[in-house]
Amino acid sequence: MDVLMLSRLQFAVTTVYHFFFVPLTLGLSIMVAIMETMYVRTGDERYKRMTKFWGKLFLINFAMGVVTGIVQEFQFGMNWSEYARFVGDVFGAPLAIEALLAFFLESTFLGIWIFGWKRLSKKMHAASMWLVAIGSNLSALWILIANSFMQQPVGYVLNNGRAEMADFLALLTNGHVWVQFPHVFFSGICTAAFFIIGISVWHIVRKGKDLDIFRLSFRYGVVYGLIGTVMVILVGHNQAQYMFRIQPMKMAAAEALWETEDPAAMSLFTIGDEKNREDIFAIRVPALLSILAYNSPAGEVRGINDLQRDYEQRFGAGDYVPPVAISYWTFRIMIGAGFVMLILLIYAFYRILKNRLDFHPGPAFFMIWGILLPYLANSTGWIFTEVARQPWIVFGLFKTADAVSPTVTSGEVAFSLIAFTLLYGALMVADIYLLRKYAMAGSAGPDQEAH
Amino acid sequence: MDLNTLWFILISVLFIGFFFLEGFDYGVGILLPFIARNDRDRRIVINTIGTFWDGNEVWLLTAGGAMFAAFPHWYATMFSGFYLALVLMLLALIVRGVAFEFRSKDKDPRWRALWDWMLFTGSLIPAILWGVAMANLIRGVPIDADKHYVGSFLDLLNPYALVGGLTALSLFVLHGAVYLNLKTTESLREKSRRIALKIWPATTILVIVFVIFGYFATDIFSRLGVNPGISPIIAGIALLLTGWLLRIDRGGWAFTMTGLTIAFATITIFTGLYPRLMVSSLSEAWSLTIYNASSTDYTLGVMSIIALIFVPVVVIYQGWTYWVFKKRVSGSSELEY
Repeated sequence: MDVLMLSRLQFAVTTVYHFFFVPLTLGLSIMVAIMETMYVRTGDERYKRMTKFWGKLFLINFAMGVVTGIVQEFQFGMNWSEYARFVGDVFGAPLAIEALLAFFLESTFLGIWIFGWKRLSKKMHAASMWLVAIGSNLSALWILIANSFMQQPVGYVLNNGRAEMADFLALLTNGHVWVQFPHVFFSGICTAAFFIIGISVWHIVRKGKDLDIFRLSFRYGVVYGLIGTVMVILVGHNQAQYMFRIQPMKMAAAEALWETEDPAAMSLFTIGDEKNREDIFAIRVPALLSILAYNSPAGEVRGINDLQRDYEQRFGAGDYVPPVAISYWTFRIMIGAGFVMLILLIYAFYRILKNRLDFHPGPAFFMIWGILLPYLANSTGWIFTEVARQPWIVFGLFKTADAVSPTVTSGEVAFSLIAFTLLYGALMVADIYLLRKYAMAGSAGPDQEAH
Repeated sequence: MDLNTLWFILISVLFIGFFFLEGFDYGVGILLPFIARNDRDRRIVINTIGTFWDGNEVWLLTAGGAMFAAFPHWYATMFSGFYLALVLMLLALIVRGVAFEFRSKDKDPRWRALWDWMLFTGSLIPAILWGVAMANLIRGVPIDADKHYVGSFLDLLNPYALVGGLTALSLFVLHGAVYLNLKTTESLREKSRRIALKIWPATTILVIVFVIFGYFATDIFSRLGVNPGISPIIAGIALLLTGWLLRIDRGGWAFTMTGLTIAFATITIFTGLYPRLMVSSLSEAWSLTIYNASSTDYTLGVMSIIALIFVPVVVIYQGWTYWVFKKRVSGSSELEY
């Protein structure tokens, strides 16, 4: 494999892995802060036990997100030095601001939160967790401001062979930020909600100790998850419509739409021939794609072939079609996972309304393994967003192939790719081992001595 | 003063903060297997930095982000040029960070020994590599006319840089020992003072060797002139005072002195660099400078406003955490890690 492919693979592995931990941090920080606030306001000890229990799991997960995040910040320079030179004037700013405004806040106040149970007032201690939650989500916002520049470059001028910042506010008001950030924010809420629901149900069906706090956690989780999932679906729909305008090729790939259609049919299931750009087998619903894209049964949706011809005229000869099969399937898995989540939540909400919080093995099985659904959606969502933008690293402006570090050898990248993958794999095992142990142990912890 | 110079200073400040704060974190991590003989002591040692290590590490992340934003070519050339060194450092920082959180979450002695070892290695490698990196920045590395690093990983491991690595290592370990002396009680406190006293002569000798070696390996002396300015002198005096203050058992002052040594050594290096960011060993004209590697004035201006507001805010609330947790850590403290 050449340096480019190895570097892309490494970015994919490290980014997907990093984003395995981040959404739970984003969502659970808020949830733990809410629980602790309830404790401060009501004095109800159940909330304190909840805060401690979920807080411990939060910490185990948080550490992984932090350490894998360092790699993210460094590898733009390490593996993508020409990208860093080309966009640094624009792209570096949000990364630096993220560290200054968000990282410091979350990491400093998390230290205070961990060690401050006895040294701070109750209110101050709860406030620390709110600052962690704000810091984490603010960090996501600044990262997405940076990523949005890659999806929809704004506020720049091309000068001296690079993109130079012309309008800082344009970066912040970039329309893409405000469809992408809500999507990620509510995905974090979904991830935390299913995490809470799954672990709570595990305890509820075993009827062990701490039944009181797990029933309560379950209720919180379901309400939290319903808000998150409904919002993700609404925001995601809005984002897809937005993407039809700014990156039509991405959406054509997502739908495996080879030819322009008006009204456009939507594929429910397609097995395609990517090389010849045609369907081998497809089930399609007439006009549905136009409805989804424009809220109207009529309306032209441009196909891959048309866009390719268009891009050749605008950008010169080249292949502007992203990997269609990956785009098509990751998009569908993400959305599919979202709707399964919604169904599970509606069922769970119904049980709460009926006040029947006992579960048969079947539903319990789905509730517990439902923990994985947001992870599946988060990962496929990001793979889709980044892969379906190819061959561009900054859409319409700079190609991935031109971005890679020219001085780094394939041997070096192969070494780092293998090293990161092996280490990440080993840490995943250790992380899941600890999460499982602490999740099953309940609020008293697995042993008195540790902690 | 132009914005480029302002950003050179701001990034220097971030590195000073990073070396000062993470310096003792690394030192504590490296001393862990030598100073603590049982699990209780090891936990006390780790908990002295438990509250702070993550916030301290953000100084590095902010410095990296600031390099990217203010001097993208510096970020691009250095990070791609020092590729394998940075991979090693990242692997080390990953296992180190996780080790804090995971270590005490299981009772099995083998589990704890594994993460203690990770904490040690994860502190040792970056401590050395930062010395190697700083030495190479001033010594010069092969950079061509296109701002590309054209050397190899082995070029970075030249004798001067290796002495730099050992010097940084010894300074951080000394700083860490003095910090432990300040933050622990009873036998750990006494032990860390003895260790600091033992390391102090070696550190002093290494610093002297590094300075003399620098006379031949770098142009820092000819640039700074006969009068090198106040910063290397302060660094030297502070290091000498450290030994004396340790002998008369004034831990707080000794810590101030190791801190001053690290801060002013960093200032000396950055002053010697200015206005360059990375020296090219191939041609002086190909060195990266605060002008040919920088972002536009517009970007630097926007970032200046943000930095001048928020850097003081960060310093205030981080300072506050050190105030809240100023007590020494002992067996009767709550040991979270």
